[in-house]
Amino acid sequence: MSVLGRPLARLEGREKVTGSARYAFESSPPGVLYAWIVQSTIANGTIREIDSGEALGMPGVRFVMTWQNALALNDAGDAELLVLQSRQISYRGQVVALVLAETLEQAREAAAQVSVTYDSEPADVSLSTTHPRLYAPAYTNAMFATDSVVGDVEAALGAAPVTIDATYSTPAAFNNPMEPHATVAEWHGDDLDLLDATQGTNWARETISAVFGLPPESVRIRSQHVGGGFGSKGPTRPNAVLAAMAARLVGRPVKIAYTRQMMFGLSGYRSPTISHIRLAAEADGRLTAVSHEAFGQVSPIQEFVEQTAVPTRHMYAAPNRLTTHRVVALNLPTPSYMRGPGETPGLYALESGMDELAAALGIDPVELRILNEPAIDPESGEAFSSRNLVGCLRRGAERFGWSARDPRPAVRRDGRWLVGTGVAASIYPADVVPSTARITAYPNGRFELAVNATDIGTGARTVVMQIAADSLGVEASCIDVRIGDTALPAAAPAGASWGTASWGWAIMKAGAALLEALQTTPRIPDSGLSVLSDTAEEVAAMTKMARFAFGAQFVEARVDLESGEVTVPRMLGVFAAGRILNPRTARAQFVGGMTMGLSMALHEDAVVDANAADYANRDFASYHIAAHADVPDIDVEWLDEEDGNITPTGGKGVGEIGMVGTAAAVANAVWHATGIRVRDLPIHPDKLIEQLPSPY
Amino acid sequence: MKPFGYERPVDLAAAVTLLAERPDARVLAGGTNLVDLMRLGVERPGLLIDVNRLGMDGIEPMAGGGIRIGAGVRNSDLAGDIGVRTAFPLLAEAVLAGASGQLRNMASVGGNLLQRTRCLYFADTSKPCNKREPGSGCSALAGSSRELAVLGASESCIATFPGDMAVALSALGARVEFQTERGEHVVDIDDFYRDPGDHPELDTTLPPGAIITAVHVPGLPVSARSTYRKARDRRSFAFGLVTVAAALEVDDGIVQGVRLALGGVAHRPWRARRAEAELVGRPVAVAAIERAIDAELSEARPTPENAFKVPLVRRLVTGTLLRLAAEDGR
Repeated sequence: MSVLGRPLARLEGREKVTGSARYAFESSPPGVLYAWIVQSTIANGTIREIDSGEALGMPGVRFVMTWQNALALNDAGDAELLVLQSRQISYRGQVVALVLAETLEQAREAAAQVSVTYDSEPADVSLSTTHPRLYAPAYTNAMFATDSVVGDVEAALGAAPVTIDATYSTPAAFNNPMEPHATVAEWHGDDLDLLDATQGTNWARETISAVFGLPPESVRIRSQHVGGGFGSKGPTRPNAVLAAMAARLVGRPVKIAYTRQMMFGLSGYRSPTISHIRLAAEADGRLTAVSHEAFGQVSPIQEFVEQTAVPTRHMYAAPNRLTTHRVVALNLPTPSYMRGPGETPGLYALESGMDELAAALGIDPVELRILNEPAIDPESGEAFSSRNLVGCLRRGAERFGWSARDPRPAVRRDGRWLVGTGVAASIYPADVVPSTARITAYPNGRFELAVNATDIGTGARTVVMQIAADSLGVEASCIDVRIGDTALPAAAPAGASWGTASWGWAIMKAGAALLEALQTTPRIPDSGLSVLSDTAEEVAAMTKMARFAFGAQFVEARVDLESGEVTVPRMLGVFAAGRILNPRTARAQFVGGMTMGLSMALHEDAVVDANAADYANRDFASYHIAAHADVPDIDVEWLDEEDGNITPTGGKGVGEIGMVGTAAAVANAVWHATGIRVRDLPIHPDKLIEQLPSPY
Repeated sequence: MKPFGYERPVDLAAAVTLLAERPDARVLAGGTNLVDLMRLGVERPGLLIDVNRLGMDGIEPMAGGGIRIGAGVRNSDLAGDIGVRTAFPLLAEAVLAGASGQLRNMASVGGNLLQRTRCLYFADTSKPCNKREPGSGCSALAGSSRELAVLGASESCIATFPGDMAVALSALGARVEFQTERGEHVVDIDDFYRDPGDHPELDTTLPPGAIITAVHVPGLPVSARSTYRKARDRRSFAFGLVTVAAALEVDDGIVQGVRLALGGVAHRPWRARRAEAELVGRPVAVAAIERAIDAELSEARPTPENAFKVPLVRRLVTGTLLRLAAEDGR
């Protein structure tokens, strides 16, 4: 059996559970200073004055950095990184000063004594579909078209016997990896050395070198262990820029970490979304129109447009389709990447709408989806490299026991609970980006894999080892893995579910070339025999096709008539994500994704306080993420899927497909249990209690 | 963080003396709430007086079937005590409904009584809060109030007491024992907590310089059939939206005795005396229970965000009492 496909445990698992794995902030170079961020307490206006005098007089305090003494920075395309460049304040929590001291506690205490006065302007923090400043951006995140119109949706809606018109909304969602954002910065002359909690050090180096006007080769960034990211550590965040700037100004190494509260604003988050969904269908269930108008927010300083309606372009066959995005700049922190940008809120809306349509038609929700399965990608007209959504739905229905389901809502009572089941479909792009990798053979029979992949807790380090071993035809134990360092061959960031495919292709190419080179090399030199690969040409030469992973989530929900509390005793996900390279770590990704979807459906709720112009809840006591007690024994299965039209790894990526449909499946199950359609997440008890029948 | 001193007195008398000398001191037991608040800058003590080794960690029987619970008893030990579980099930259930296993292993009974509100604005020093900074204003009145009080609040504060254990103790009519330089004192839990009024900075009537030493729980026949019900946004590690501590004694379908306290609805654990009075002598039936709880809620003043707590209280109390009545003892 190939090394690929084996359920190997994480290489660094023991280090992590015993605490010997070192994360960025745990490094303390000699002479290091601790940094603490001072954040704005207004949401719109200008800084009148900053008085650092008292702070500077406190024990251990070495420097207070403000807009008046900061280094001038270059715009690298992300205004979030232009920290301390002006008096302007555009949202509450923006960085206004950085205090540097000999200890963390000294820096923290001094930060509280930095006095900042402001000239405050009214702040606008309320997203709505009628906001007068809504506009059509030039494109969405990931460069998708803002609008896409096919056929005539209005005419189809007018002519159809069955239509759905519903608006769904999701609150802002804050990515909260266990490890907060952290950086240790040290300059050696004009060379900058960063330890950074990032999902990709090559991307980080591009950004940092641009911001500071440095040649990329004079910047080295390492990220040996990263404690989760969920997109928030994709782009470089202010922490890295602040640390590097401060270290430059004080001439000493500097370390910085966000507090949990700072994670709610300075690390990016998912914009709240509002989706107006309209569906038109013939009486037999065939869709004639799909319309998805999405609304979101951006910040006044930086545009990041959640591509909420984009998944709707690829999901179902319908001759008429409208998908649009409108956003408004509000005085709130800048949205950014959060697990499954676009797909996650978009599929909650679309897949809820499909459930409503199924009920209106009297057609089983699984069958309705199968009925509208497209032969080719509806948006591009291209062939799918493979599309096994129907297989996922059928297999899931069988495993979940769907056929015995009574479609009527609110008729299953078990004690004081109402019980229901729901389903939703999932789609996520199977993308790939160019990477390079180097494999070196040594005379002692060992091989070194060098690839600047990043392991953000997913098991990437282990999987790249397996791919290298497989490509060389050796055991995994023969491979020494080096990742997480810009000194290594450049590679894709860990994100967008493309890491394994992108790294893997480069590794397979290097492995094949090394085997060839070994054939013609009578004796491996002591310094080793190396091959460096680059997949830029291969990626560019890929034929245009629609490449996606698919999945179906099935959920059972129980709603307490006494309290409106929702519990989920049972969840199943069936996925078609190409070849599964490591069943153990892949399962963890699917389960983790479904858990995040459950958490989105039932718990996570960022509350905007319009009065304070701020997100009111900014810690784990008040921003609820699903606890262990909320999460059932999640059942996951995948189809054996051979896809010859993707990368040679055969894998489509498993990072996001587990999450994207889950919230809709939960909401659909709650409807089936209660007859109440909650169209505004999360499904908290207060959204149900007054509509539930008496339990007595 | 502000630098602070740390002392571990050898006995209670020394601790009380030290506390009297140092108004800037705070008493440290489990630290599960205090240390968080110090990190946030809400609490800025100059001295921590560690009371963990003062021998206040026993649970002892008292005359009449009651128990005396030392202030230093850990929440986990209290919830696991067989005597407590048998005679006062609602107390054990309430403790287990709170926090997480790790926190319960650290949190003390005395500290639990004194935990501060989880109102979002109390914890955020960048925003006004009358409880944290008297006279600065209440951000919650016009802000996020979903989890805040519907009963007994004032124009200056709508914070809720966040705890579970004290709600059960309130239903049981427990008494709080504390020590000051002037000696030992005991106060009814009803008089220990207070409504916010014009002084929301005061959670309790505990005088400055006092150290809680124990909680007295009286022996009550009614408490044998008792339970604690907590409605919340997630199934563990969440403060209650509404909680109900209830004990019921029924004979031939008629309520002989009832104890009822509510959590998550007021600045204090809310002993529902009006509902109790309505219920005694009446049959255990939905209509009678709802009438009783409506009497209790007649002065509820919810905000639009927390109006759901009113029907939630009604349903939880009704369901909880019906279940207790249906139990054939324990």
